[in-house]
Amino acid sequence: MAKVLRTLVYIGAIVSTAVLAGIVGYILINGVPYLTPQLFEWTYTSENVSLMPALINTLLMAVFALVLALPVGIGAAIYLVEYARSSSRFVRAVRMTTETLQGIPSIIYGLFGLLFFTTMLGWGLSLISGACTLAIMVLPVIMRTAEEALLAVPESYKQGGFALGAGPVRTIFRCVLPSALPGILGGGLLALGRCVGEVAALLFTAGTVAQIPDFAGQGFLALFDSCRTLAVHMYVLSNEGLHMNETYATAVVLLALVVILNAAANFAAKKLKRGI
Amino acid sequence: MSGSAIKENVARVLFIIAAAISILAVALICVFLFVNGIPAMATIGVPEFLFGTTWKPTSGIYGIFPMIVGSIYVTAGAILVGVPAGVLTAIFLSRFANERISAILRPGVELLAGIPSVVYGFFGIMVIVPFIRINMTGRGFSLLAAAVLLGIMILPTIITVAKNALDAVPKSYYEGAVALGATHERAVFNVLVPAAFSGIMAAIVLGVGRAIGETMAVVMVAGNQPVIPGSVFDGVRTMTANIVMEMGYAADLHRGALIATGVVLFVFVMLISLLFSAIKKRGEVR
Amino acid sequence: MEAVEEKMVTPTFIRGAEAHRGEEVQTKMEVRNLDLHYGNFHALKDVTLVFPENEVTALIGPSGCGKSTLLKTLNRMNDLVDGCKVTGAIELDGKDAYKDIDVNDLRRRVGMVFQQPNPFPMSIYDNIAFGPRTHGIKKKDELDVIVEQSLRDAAIWDEVKDRLKKSALGLSGGQQQRLCIARALAVRPEVLLLDESTSALDPISTAKIEELVGQLASKYTVIMVTHNMLQAIRVSTKTAFFLLGEMVEAGDTDTLFTHPQDSRTADYVSGRFG
Repeated sequence: MAKVLRTLVYIGAIVSTAVLAGIVGYILINGVPYLTPQLFEWTYTSENVSLMPALINTLLMAVFALVLALPVGIGAAIYLVEYARSSSRFVRAVRMTTETLQGIPSIIYGLFGLLFFTTMLGWGLSLISGACTLAIMVLPVIMRTAEEALLAVPESYKQGGFALGAGPVRTIFRCVLPSALPGILGGGLLALGRCVGEVAALLFTAGTVAQIPDFAGQGFLALFDSCRTLAVHMYVLSNEGLHMNETYATAVVLLALVVILNAAANFAAKKLKRGI
Repeated sequence: MSGSAIKENVARVLFIIAAAISILAVALICVFLFVNGIPAMATIGVPEFLFGTTWKPTSGIYGIFPMIVGSIYVTAGAILVGVPAGVLTAIFLSRFANERISAILRPGVELLAGIPSVVYGFFGIMVIVPFIRINMTGRGFSLLAAAVLLGIMILPTIITVAKNALDAVPKSYYEGAVALGATHERAVFNVLVPAAFSGIMAAIVLGVGRAIGETMAVVMVAGNQPVIPGSVFDGVRTMTANIVMEMGYAADLHRGALIATGVVLFVFVMLISLLFSAIKKRGEVR
Repeated sequence: MEAVEEKMVTPTFIRGAEAHRGEEVQTKMEVRNLDLHYGNFHALKDVTLVFPENEVTALIGPSGCGKSTLLKTLNRMNDLVDGCKVTGAIELDGKDAYKDIDVNDLRRRVGMVFQQPNPFPMSIYDNIAFGPRTHGIKKKDELDVIVEQSLRDAAIWDEVKDRLKKSALGLSGGQQQRLCIARALAVRPEVLLLDESTSALDPISTAKIEELVGQLASKYTVIMVTHNMLQAIRVSTKTAFFLLGEMVEAGDTDTLFTHPQDSRTADYVSGRFG
């Protein structure tokens, strides 16, 4: 009996590892040889299927989303940790809705973005619609990690601040936030990773135009240009089914991006645990 | 009021507003989904919409029963594929692996949790679908392909959450079992696993939530015919796929019907997350 | 080495004439020249000691002296500790516990009750039946008999007989500990190890368990670690005193507490340190 169970456990572990490693290995083997220079040309044509515009768009989109979500998420976490009494109805509502947001599938975010930002606010399929949608989507991730990071700050830091006669705000910004920074950063990177990989929430909010919004020519108005991120780019490519090699190569870039972001997030989280 | 008191109050209000944003977001999402979806559902007729087996927007027939069934089938399949492997892997990582192996696997699993669904979907198109077409039957784009792919996708979630639950079981349970002469395997399977049961259930429910909400990977491999599949080799369309396939060009009642599909999906997800909290709470009580 | 053995073993464990009128004593377990390291830490130093059958032996000494470590070596629970290395001999009925006996069989024959009660999160019945089931007893009626007998032996049957199917976690601390004793008895052990098993309990529960241990000695060989000298006096017939990983002195409990041979023992039992 013991032997059977042990064998089962090993088989389970081997299958999981093999499948997950297999996927990554398969993508790498098929994609890396096609990481050609023309794949990284500045403009996309149906000849070169360059992923460069999509890559830039991804960064723009993710950074905009974070610029929106970070202050809100951190502010909310500060409120929950430093100000709120856990018994109040408001706090319970915040926690419940945050959990709800966390469980909502991205296609629902996409639908909401389409109905609200794209249609009702009239922003159309655009960078800003997509970024706002993503911002709501990653808000719970940022709130949760920021809250954990703030809770991990030793009480003595706070008391140190108050003892010097600093008010709550000064204490939070001078004594608490700095030592919670790695954790918050980790949450930001995790959120970034989610933005980079997202498709369903962006198809109907940011659209699929394979160009970088023209900030140089249009300035601020370029925010209202439609643009496809790398993940959307990959989806479109694999749907077209014409450029399989380039799709593999795009998958490699996407994979690398996400893995680097998640690894960095893990690293930051570990740093926090060790108390730096 | 002194300057610093004003500053404190302004900051406090700003923090409260930030905290209120998530309430606002959920409220807005609900309002927009329901305001746009419910009237469409009413126009179509609730029983016709939920239990109608024909989806033919061109003829104005909107029954999403095949999609509801599709989502349930695909999710159940994913659980069948992903749960045994995931839970066993969690047991392995928590109680069998030596330091070195788990030091490699643990971060590996965490990183894999971040692989975008398009990459999974693409892998499904290139590997799983042809495998089914060549070695089994049908076109390959099928319920089976979707279930297998989703089963793989939920592995990291299940492994991580179940492993945390197993790690949290007090050491004294294991010691107690071993002190009675139980083998390592018996101590793990007959004491630790039951003790971590609610946590493992939570892992599975989380996996269900992820599977039912997954969109892109499923769209890419499921075939997406809006009919109840007769076998695992038939194509299937989930609620998520229904939305993503047609939202791009839908108008009027068709558009409303798609949003209403979103409402049904939303309700499903909420029920699952209620189940999740209930299980979590039960675990805490024990 | 020889000298140590000579001094410790021979004179100390002939029972008091009063108790059994010179009747010869069977050795149940025996430890010879035992050294134990946790990594670089030398936790037990050349310990030699015998445990006579059907008696209660108490291991006493200040915390960190190695008494619990020795106890965990007797049923090889120390195997679970990383970097733990054992040299020397431990014998059960003359057989080497590390070489001649399967580890799971050893743990069945040498039962253990821990410092903190650790009932499994399952029903009272399943807790008791876990051990027998582990060792191949599956029949319901057979299990029923074992469960009842074990609970009776642990003097908790009357308190739990009406709620055998209820979770064991609902019991009080003292009841949980007696349940754990019953669980240990259910596999019919020959030796019972008690690792400060009353230190987490209230005085009333402690008294109940002490009384129970006294009764168990007629059927089992009991070895108990305690930090409470009065408990050793109340419950045990033999006592061994440990200090800094060394076994300083062992003998009849009465003698050890009233006429200690070693000055360190004298200091300890008169409360001068620890």
